[in-house]
Amino acid sequence: MKLRISFVVAMAFLSCGLSAQIDPSLLKRAQKDTLAQVLNMDAIYNRPVLNINKTPIAIGGYFEANWQKLTTEGVSEGHQFQARRFTIFMSSAISKRVKFLSELEFEDGTKEISIEFASVDVEFHPLVNFRAGIILNPIGAFNQNHDGPKWEFTDRPISTTQLLPATFSNSGVGLFGKKYHKNWMFGYEVYFSGGFDNSIIENSENKTFLPAAKENPERFEEINSGEPLFTGKLAVRNSKIGELGISYMGGIYNKFQDDGIIIDDKRSVHVFALDFNTTLPKIKTFITTEFAWIAVDVPETYTQQFGNKQHGGFIDIVQPILSQTILGWEKAVLNVACRLEYVDWNVGTFNETGGSIGEDLWSVMPAVSFRPTSQTVFRLNYRFQKQRDIFGNPPAITDGFNFGISTYF
Amino acid sequence: MKIHFYLIIMCMVFFSCESSYVAVPSEDELLDGPVDGLSSAELQQFLRGDVAVNEVFTRQTGLGSTFVGTSCINCHAGDGKGHPFTTLIRFGQVDETGNLFLNQGGPQLQNRALPGYLPEQIPLGATFSKFTPPAITRLGFLQYVSDTTIIAMSDPNDADGDGISGVPNWINLSGYSIPLSNAITENGKYIGRFGKKGAAFDLLHQTVNAYHQDMGITSIFNPIDHYSNLEIDPEVATSKVNDVVFYLNTLKAPIQRNQNDAEVMQGRNLFEQINCIGCHKAQLTTGYSPINALSFKTFAPYTDLLLHDMGSGLDDSYTEGSAKTYEWKTPPLWGIGLSENSQGGNLFLMHDGRASSVEQAILLHGGEATNSKNAFQNLSQSKKNALLKFIKSL
Repeated sequence: MKLRISFVVAMAFLSCGLSAQIDPSLLKRAQKDTLAQVLNMDAIYNRPVLNINKTPIAIGGYFEANWQKLTTEGVSEGHQFQARRFTIFMSSAISKRVKFLSELEFEDGTKEISIEFASVDVEFHPLVNFRAGIILNPIGAFNQNHDGPKWEFTDRPISTTQLLPATFSNSGVGLFGKKYHKNWMFGYEVYFSGGFDNSIIENSENKTFLPAAKENPERFEEINSGEPLFTGKLAVRNSKIGELGISYMGGIYNKFQDDGIIIDDKRSVHVFALDFNTTLPKIKTFITTEFAWIAVDVPETYTQQFGNKQHGGFIDIVQPILSQTILGWEKAVLNVACRLEYVDWNVGTFNETGGSIGEDLWSVMPAVSFRPTSQTVFRLNYRFQKQRDIFGNPPAITDGFNFGISTYF
Repeated sequence: MKIHFYLIIMCMVFFSCESSYVAVPSEDELLDGPVDGLSSAELQQFLRGDVAVNEVFTRQTGLGSTFVGTSCINCHAGDGKGHPFTTLIRFGQVDETGNLFLNQGGPQLQNRALPGYLPEQIPLGATFSKFTPPAITRLGFLQYVSDTTIIAMSDPNDADGDGISGVPNWINLSGYSIPLSNAITENGKYIGRFGKKGAAFDLLHQTVNAYHQDMGITSIFNPIDHYSNLEIDPEVATSKVNDVVFYLNTLKAPIQRNQNDAEVMQGRNLFEQINCIGCHKAQLTTGYSPINALSFKTFAPYTDLLLHDMGSGLDDSYTEGSAKTYEWKTPPLWGIGLSENSQGGNLFLMHDGRASSVEQAILLHGGEATNSKNAFQNLSQSKKNALLKFIKSL
């Protein structure tokens, strides 16, 4: 026993000694203006990180927490405090043109832990970069550029989390590149990766739900259909106009063969997305929008509960109203903002009646945000949302407030 | 600095204040919610039942392989009437001797199938009927109306000469239903009181059938997989079935709206005058119930729980239990005014949803209801409107 206590004391002393030798000046913050105008595909490179002196390693991350009180049809679960995300970035410049980047995310405490991104990037030419590992499928803009501190709203857009799978990552391989010419930037990304599975039309959400595929941890090891998912995106930015992105993701999602035996028809999923962002000159209004269209091959003998067409999107409008020293913070910014959202999970008509299928949602979310620095944001949001069930019955109204902070560290 | 502090405090108070949120819909606009008088333990079971009713089944949790809906709430949105999307199709029985197509998928068509499977087809030669899912509110009160009360309302030989007879549907008891000690039997059969034909004995029977026939979910009460016809492990826990039964038992009754409105009151009188009340009884009383909140309660369901000849126009050549093909159990009218809120803004009335308005539904009545229908047709337009307004207030 004495030996054990001595050992513990010795270890404690030793660890104190070790920590005392860490020189804070060794950690150098590589400042990044995370609101700067670069292509969305650059988001993973455009993060504030701490460089460890004379090592090729950089670390960083972001954290977000909030208070929330929502009601649906006037019924509330009461006040909630939420620690939504704690995300750690770690990257390493293996050589001048070989880099490793990773992103590890803890959601709602430790409820959901995932490697969102972990890839090796090898540059052969600015237009030809090879990427392999766990990649973020670049469908739309949000999937590429989703760090909490970049947004003026606590909630992620519904169309990016409940229609498209936000931060949908898979094991895969592909190419990306960029080209600059005067005011123009052009970028592309193409990947083959793991992808969706039967859960997109067989899930407890009771609707065609692409994010259900995120629940399958096997996707990092095995492609359910045995056929890779293709994702491609083209983006073009003019420094005076803004950035337009066009993306497509598609492939076979179901397990149509097993052990060499064909057990089902091949069924495909196709996703097409458009995104655009711009900052209006003079008044500096920032506008970002994304809209997606989805087509899923659902067996006719299944149920129309699971739709074969979906669409939805959002638009964020952010207007800085004060940009000055506020409460001692230099270059602090106070914004007012508003997000409009629409999602239809089941576009079509009932076979039985010919009437329109519901399963849709509208939401408007005014907000006030305060940025003491470009990397930290306080957000106060109010949501007013109407959601109809599949029959198009009178919508359930959800409304409420949340207030939170999101910051890089 | 002080101003900022006060602003923050004011904001916090505002956001926390209930009045800054959208108001709760009024009680009479909703069908869900528990009956008054439940104990804390009973309320907890009610809430567990509510969760179970909303559970969506998947292949992993036992759905199918063939099915009609994926959850209870699929057929009863907001606990209200169903939509043609989830209308059930029953087939294979033409008289009281039983279903001739049980070995060919009867009595219910599972018209949907998991990917990789094929749904059922109605066998050649089988007659069928479509059943629009009913509202599921306050079924517990109907459950505990005593058999004596039901039989007292029956008039098999039309002894009172009003053209309305009314008989119970005598059915064989499922192996797991336990009748109350005061249950009345006839030739070993019991009174059925749930379903369009009154062919389900109690809410346990109804719930087990719904799990099995609507969703393909086996339970300890019915462990036969209807796709393979093999006994398999239960796919829903017995405790969950019990919770659902308790939930159905203790859902509150729809609350009548505008009952003091003069036109509604006039309509109520007309409803009585043209003898709609002959079948749609305005007042029933429960007997003893093991759930205290349901014992000896008077309520207004507008049904007599009896079968009536509804005429050849509503004869689908399909039946259940001892009912004739032209006989239908009087459906409760309570909650009918809220049907549009669960049927997508439309009305799908009568057993198969063929009527798109209350007036159309009245005009589809035949058989024992012919006199009342004729009387309705002879009313002035203003009186018709009053009657319809009364029905929509229920």
